[in-house]
Amino acid sequence: MHREPLNLLWLQSGGCGGCTLSLLNAECSNLFDTLESFGIHLLWHPSLSEESAQEARRIIDDCASGATRLDILCLEGSVLRGPHGSGGFHLTTGGNPMMMLIEKLAAIAKHTVAIGSCAAFGGVTSAGCNPADACGLQFEGDLPGGLLGRDFRDVSGLPVINIAGCPTHPNWIIETLAALATGVLNGQSLDVVQRPRMYADHLVHHGCTRNEFYEFKASAHKPSDLGCLMENLGCKGTQAHADCNTRLWNGEGSCVRGGYACIACTEPGFEEPGHLFAETPKLAGIPIGLPIDMPKAWFVVLASLSKSATPKRVKENAVSDHQVVVPIVKKARQK
Amino acid sequence: MTRLVVGPFNRVEGDLEVTLDVADNQVQAAYVNSPMYRGFEQILKDKPPLDALVYVPRICGICSVAQSAASAQALADAMGLKSPENGLLAANLTLAAENLADHLTHFYLFFMPDFARDYYRNRSWFSAAQARFKSVRGSATAEVLPARAKFMHLMGYLAGKWPHTLSLQPGGSSRSIELAEQIRLSILLTEFRLFLERTLFGDKLESVSSLDSESALLAWMQSRKSKADLPRFLEISYDLNLHKLGRATDRFMSYGAYHEGGNSLFPSGLWEEGQIHTLDISAIREDVSHSWMEGEAALAPATGYTLPQPGKTGAYSWCKAPRLNGLVVETGALARQLMAGHPLVVDLVLRHGGNVTARVIARLLELARVLPAMEEWVKRLRPGEPFCNNATPLDDARGIGLVEAARGSLGHWLEIRKGKIANYQIIAPTTWNFSPRDTAGNPGALEHALVGVPIEDNNDGAPIAVQHIVRSFDPCMVCTVH
Repeated sequence: MHREPLNLLWLQSGGCGGCTLSLLNAECSNLFDTLESFGIHLLWHPSLSEESAQEARRIIDDCASGATRLDILCLEGSVLRGPHGSGGFHLTTGGNPMMMLIEKLAAIAKHTVAIGSCAAFGGVTSAGCNPADACGLQFEGDLPGGLLGRDFRDVSGLPVINIAGCPTHPNWIIETLAALATGVLNGQSLDVVQRPRMYADHLVHHGCTRNEFYEFKASAHKPSDLGCLMENLGCKGTQAHADCNTRLWNGEGSCVRGGYACIACTEPGFEEPGHLFAETPKLAGIPIGLPIDMPKAWFVVLASLSKSATPKRVKENAVSDHQVVVPIVKKARQK
Repeated sequence: MTRLVVGPFNRVEGDLEVTLDVADNQVQAAYVNSPMYRGFEQILKDKPPLDALVYVPRICGICSVAQSAASAQALADAMGLKSPENGLLAANLTLAAENLADHLTHFYLFFMPDFARDYYRNRSWFSAAQARFKSVRGSATAEVLPARAKFMHLMGYLAGKWPHTLSLQPGGSSRSIELAEQIRLSILLTEFRLFLERTLFGDKLESVSSLDSESALLAWMQSRKSKADLPRFLEISYDLNLHKLGRATDRFMSYGAYHEGGNSLFPSGLWEEGQIHTLDISAIREDVSHSWMEGEAALAPATGYTLPQPGKTGAYSWCKAPRLNGLVVETGALARQLMAGHPLVVDLVLRHGGNVTARVIARLLELARVLPAMEEWVKRLRPGEPFCNNATPLDDARGIGLVEAARGSLGHWLEIRKGKIANYQIIAPTTWNFSPRDTAGNPGALEHALVGVPIEDNNDGAPIAVQHIVRSFDPCMVCTVH
């Protein structure tokens, strides 16, 4: 544990503010006490701090000048480079591009953290024709680069830490900041696209409540069906890196528990899947996006075998929005 | 005349800067600038229509469900699709959960901390307000954050997660609710009711809803002095005369909220000179004369477009200027409660016009009024019956989705051609409230509300009265400049 508190500055740019709102869903008695218990001092946050206008500008300027030590710079939202590379789509008070302020602060911050898929990779703001020329801090989609460049390392030698997700889970933020504050987060703690492995070494599929339907390839056909969402409705839970179904959201929720596909929002480029979000792209009737480490031939054999063995209960429930056939109760004692 | 640029404006959702011309210690003119542009209307062009359900919630992290609901409604309109009763109830519950959580967030995290500023150190209520409402450190934060997080468990059940759900579909909800879950939803609502009654109101929700005039409100305040946060706010507010601050044009609009079976909990309408009129949405035009946007004439949203024109002469915001019949209107909880004819809100507006105090009261009143409605909606859910109808979008169609977000009226106008989105135009609540001037030079609602505000002490470049007025609208700038 650091003796002196770590100064954290949170800035927002080309995003929706949803990662901050998600952070406020944290299941702790007081978010700010929790951060403080790890020695993290919130210098300023645009939605939560008292200081406005000039007072806020002074806090930021003091970080930029070095008068205040900046330990953790968090950026929420993508970097807006447009129009024509000027950064003019987001100007700070005083008329300077936000893009330049971010670059300046990242150069002196001990750690730079991208909060959410926008700040990490560009995210939804960079979708379509990318009107604002949005990118991430150190990535543009899955291409290294972004605002700070492939070779960027912070003062401590780490690249940008990408807490990807749209939005991020509150605990992904808290745990990553806590790991930084306690000095246990190092280069080995990040995956190939610099996401904390604490949550990115899992798949959304893990803990999916639709698993029995998945096993038997008993698939949903329309929204609100109980069946597996992978075959028809675009679910990428078997490919997407996150622990959404073991950690859960807002109490007992997750996307697939909400009845809709995992759209792989922690992955770079998720905003342009190249197919309808809620429709699985197929080749000769077989989904193109198979479970991440499963050879296609095995999947096909296993799928046809399990389909032929699907119990009536699973088959009928898969295309209904409530259980129409319940598990039978056997008179004999279970073995 | 001196010019004061107030920014970055924090404790609002998104980026905001306000420029004030000050003379004789009074604001002479105000210019509201939304300094960020992302371009969602451009992003949506040529996308498959149903993909809008993924993109639009991500316009805004705080009105995420409202954006989903408007999009689902526009698609349903274009598809001619109706939702089953369960789907309507689930959609109402999901939107109400977001709106109430937003009201709570606004009051405790965005609005009240201004009264804990050193600026007010000589007021009799200061030390109590500081202990209670100080940003981050006040005792209220430690109570409100866990209560809010628990209330948002509703979203875990109804929407999978919040923000950014895909559960709201054109034909209803993708998430059916089982009996056990229906019971858990009821328990969550009861817990939140107890929190509101104990902490915010110090009284039954129904007693707060039944307050029918300003004098009844003041008598109620005296009877509960300092026992809960609404009475605390009222004491501060009347001490500072906030009911005389922040009057805009006193023309209000609401699309109406929480529809079911042909009825709405809060009806739509236009309030003008103390009278409620039918709202004619075909009279909406978006003016871009002072926006960094291409275009000449003010266009109806269904045929409008949104293309940035950086550096345009005379422009000062990325926000357009929507007008109804060419006139400025204000939208929000105050407008909704006026259209609903709530006697307390009507009395407040007839006496003082729209103002800082009335806007805050209307929001808190909605907490008291909507939660009991949610309790009824949960009871009426029928597990085992359908939650969602389905259809395929038509290749050529138009649709409109009109909903009420926490901070006011949100409209989506969709045009599908050859199976793709040909045009998608969005007018967000704060686009109405924080619009720049129009061709006739008429200032937007906030710009109007700031004129005449006394600036005796500019409080380090951010006059305190200006801060109260701006935040009283509960602005959402990320929606504004989608």
